[in-house]
Amino acid sequence: MNMHDITVKHGQELRMTRPDDGIRRGDPLLVVDNISLSFGGVKAITDISFDILKGEIRAIIGPNGAGKTSMLNVINGFYHPQEGTITFRGEKRSKMRTHEAANQGIARTFQNIALFKGMSVLDNIMTGRITLMNRNMAWQALWRGPAEREEIEHRQAVEHIIDFLEIEHIRKTPVGRLPYGLQKRVELGRALAAEPALLLLDEPMAGMNLEEKEDMSRYILDVNQQFGTTIALIEHDMGVVMDLSDRVVVLDYGRKIGDGTPDEVRGNQDVIDAYLGVSHDD
Amino acid sequence: MNAQARAIVSGEKGARVSGGPDTFPKYLLLNAKRFADRPAMRHKTFGIWQSWTWSELTAEIRAFSMGLESLGLKRGEKVAIVGQNRPRLYWAFAAVQAIGAIPVPVYADSVAEEMVYVLNHAEVAFAICQDQEQVDKVLSMGDSVPTLRKVLYDEVRGLRDYDHTNLHPIDGVEAMGEAEYEANGDTTWVRHIEAGKGEDLAVMLYTSGTTGKPKGVMLSFDNLTISALNGNAFDRLDANEETLAYLPLAWVGDHIFSYAQHYTAGYCVCCPESPGTVDADRREIAPTYFFAPPRVFESILTAVMVQMEDAGRVKKRMFDYFMAHARKVGEQILNGDSVGFGDRVKYWLGGIFVYGPLKNRMGMTRLKVGYTAGEAIGPEIFRFFRSLGLNLKQLYGQTEASVYISAQPDGEIRADTVGTPCPDVEIQIAENGEVLYRSPGVFVGYYKNDAATKETKTKDGWVHTGDAGFFDQDGHLKIIDRAKDVGKLNSGDLFAPKYIENKLKFFPNIKEAVSFGDGRDYCAAFVNIDLTSVGNWAERNNISYASYQELAQHPRVYEMIQEHVDEVNRDLASEEMMAGSQIRRFLVLHKELDADDGELTRTQKVRRSFIAERYAPLIEALYDGSKEKYVETEVVFEDGRKGRISATVEIRDMKDHPPSFTPTGQAAGHQEAAQ
Repeated sequence: MNMHDITVKHGQELRMTRPDDGIRRGDPLLVVDNISLSFGGVKAITDISFDILKGEIRAIIGPNGAGKTSMLNVINGFYHPQEGTITFRGEKRSKMRTHEAANQGIARTFQNIALFKGMSVLDNIMTGRITLMNRNMAWQALWRGPAEREEIEHRQAVEHIIDFLEIEHIRKTPVGRLPYGLQKRVELGRALAAEPALLLLDEPMAGMNLEEKEDMSRYILDVNQQFGTTIALIEHDMGVVMDLSDRVVVLDYGRKIGDGTPDEVRGNQDVIDAYLGVSHDD
Repeated sequence: MNAQARAIVSGEKGARVSGGPDTFPKYLLLNAKRFADRPAMRHKTFGIWQSWTWSELTAEIRAFSMGLESLGLKRGEKVAIVGQNRPRLYWAFAAVQAIGAIPVPVYADSVAEEMVYVLNHAEVAFAICQDQEQVDKVLSMGDSVPTLRKVLYDEVRGLRDYDHTNLHPIDGVEAMGEAEYEANGDTTWVRHIEAGKGEDLAVMLYTSGTTGKPKGVMLSFDNLTISALNGNAFDRLDANEETLAYLPLAWVGDHIFSYAQHYTAGYCVCCPESPGTVDADRREIAPTYFFAPPRVFESILTAVMVQMEDAGRVKKRMFDYFMAHARKVGEQILNGDSVGFGDRVKYWLGGIFVYGPLKNRMGMTRLKVGYTAGEAIGPEIFRFFRSLGLNLKQLYGQTEASVYISAQPDGEIRADTVGTPCPDVEIQIAENGEVLYRSPGVFVGYYKNDAATKETKTKDGWVHTGDAGFFDQDGHLKIIDRAKDVGKLNSGDLFAPKYIENKLKFFPNIKEAVSFGDGRDYCAAFVNIDLTSVGNWAERNNISYASYQELAQHPRVYEMIQEHVDEVNRDLASEEMMAGSQIRRFLVLHKELDADDGELTRTQKVRRSFIAERYAPLIEALYDGSKEKYVETEVVFEDGRKGRISATVEIRDMKDHPPSFTPTGQAAGHQEAAQ
């Protein structure tokens, strides 16, 4: 029926091919312990500890400059904290580069979209598979035998993601020509393509209108439900955070001021103060 | 006129052979034999076209159907089908009909409240939904549809954590059916199918009532199979066709083209990947039989034109050159008229350089028959497609007629008629100009609404269309307007406002038009300019303007509109019925007609009575001979603020063209011949 005899049964689901790490749902996947990070004299993060449980949606919130993005950058190995430890999948990790974090199964999206603007949606998402590809450049350049088979497999996985995010109509459109909301979705697609154990989303809904926010919330929930992906997200829209997340960490001026379920956090006086803009004396 | 008006015009004898299958499930079993290995359906998923042959399709539908029976679906019960064009929703039709139950497709984009009405009215027992969105809508109805027992869905996504007591994935239902088939075979199922008869109710289609609640049109298997067979014969459709199913399931057109004809002719129906990919999917499939409302053709043409504007100089010139040639001879070649050798060679070259690639781009390379219906299509758009050698035709149909009332036979195509009566269809024009028809496709009745049935369908089977029309000189039916809008000029001539307005609106410079004349001495019109188009023209001609109002009142704009009106008049003069209602006076409105001001409906239709009231002084001015008129109007801005705009509007007089039609006689002869 088609060139390569791939039979994709209708309704078949996207499988996550990463080997099982032995961590059960509900056990800590990532533990951040007493992390401090400073740039010269500026302390971005001070002595923060929290954990992310497998299978949950964990939100990190806080006012501007609270250190949320720095925290995400620490988790995915872009910044190296001066103090404290990070344990991912039960392994304490030392200084790590970003691609090592990616290889370990951490994927992320960015506050300011970081896609390849001139490439199509399909190719952009395909780049997310790079850590899963085994053939070297020479094989891929030849594109015969194993490399061809490999590409077909990956393309199939990417097509599942395209279907999942309902972006079939822009499959071949260069990303630069897409509206902002769709670019955000493509970025999520690229992160998903890595089949991450932990997905970091940096303000996935910034600058979106209500409808786009609703769509994105739906996708985040579906990713979590269907693939069991653990998600840590930074978001400003409190309504979205409270609806989506299982647990919330609240940062303010680089410190943790609250941690718990959305309801607990909502009742926390420190959090209310921080969000109401009460002046800081410290 | 009366004697002629009461004449009945009939189409050819139909193609129905006695003894053939009379229900769709029977056709399914037949197709599984006669077309076993031929493709029956395709669906693009995960970027690849998946296909089912007729025998695979039969196995799927059998499993689905037997699963439905295991779930407790019984003969005579109704099943709602809610969703877009997905293979399984099409299978649901036959799966439900095989048991003797009745499918009721529902518009997928209708909101929960509208859906509640239909599901309640139809007393559905099951609902088969596409995805979470539709399931949510159906479940949100809760107890307001007491007859509803089971809800089925196609796409699992997001539904995993729902309560599955009465909610079932189609996968699961098919598995149940498959298990039943393996355990006990399909003898009971086949017996169910054989118990079905042609006069049984096949489907209920709810018409979107513009006034009042939707009505459930009941169509029998005989209605649908005979109409479909006649349609197949009329256009010589067979098992080799491929079509793209992209119009709403609940619409009778889709039910005929993507289901009834699909089963009777045995051709292949392709379901697009998603609504957003229809254009790309059409290009990949290149359907041989294609149906679209005028707006689809319009948007295809616009896309082509926009792309050509961006094309390089050489390409652009080549396009312009060969398109001019196509306009000259393309249609004649398509109609089989004699065309000079030189012109033919040039047209052939054009095919290689322009028409071929263009058709490929539009996904129409293999097009055998294309139809447009639903509303009037602009003659320019129609001609564009036909000049490329695409056999685009017009059709006039209704849900109550199982679509076919009249259609254009090959080679007798004109932009402004809807053709001759379809096979087995009889048409007559009532005293008031209303079109009546009688055919084997005429519906059984409206569900639980005898009053409406009696109003629409006479005792001897004639159905009132509600549309006014007439047969032209060549025996082609012309639809002019809704019957209730048609009036008479004081001279006794027919006045059909929409017919005249459509003619005006086909000019890109005219956005909207309102014509007057009922009970008056002559026809007059308001014209709204199209700001984009006229603005563009003004820019190219160095005409400066500060506002819409200023542009609308510009003398050169008036000149341009006057030319358009004159052309419409010349056109009207060539038609026997319309020559009397040429536009004598017109004015260009100082403001755009707007739904916010209540002048248009939300679907952009003119609200005549409201406009007549609001612009009464202007209308009077059209008839009292004045050259201009001062007018002040209240407007509502988008943010809800109100303001007033005033203007002195110029009124221009037009000259009548002498009638230029060939007098009747010929037409009467044609009609007698047809009888």
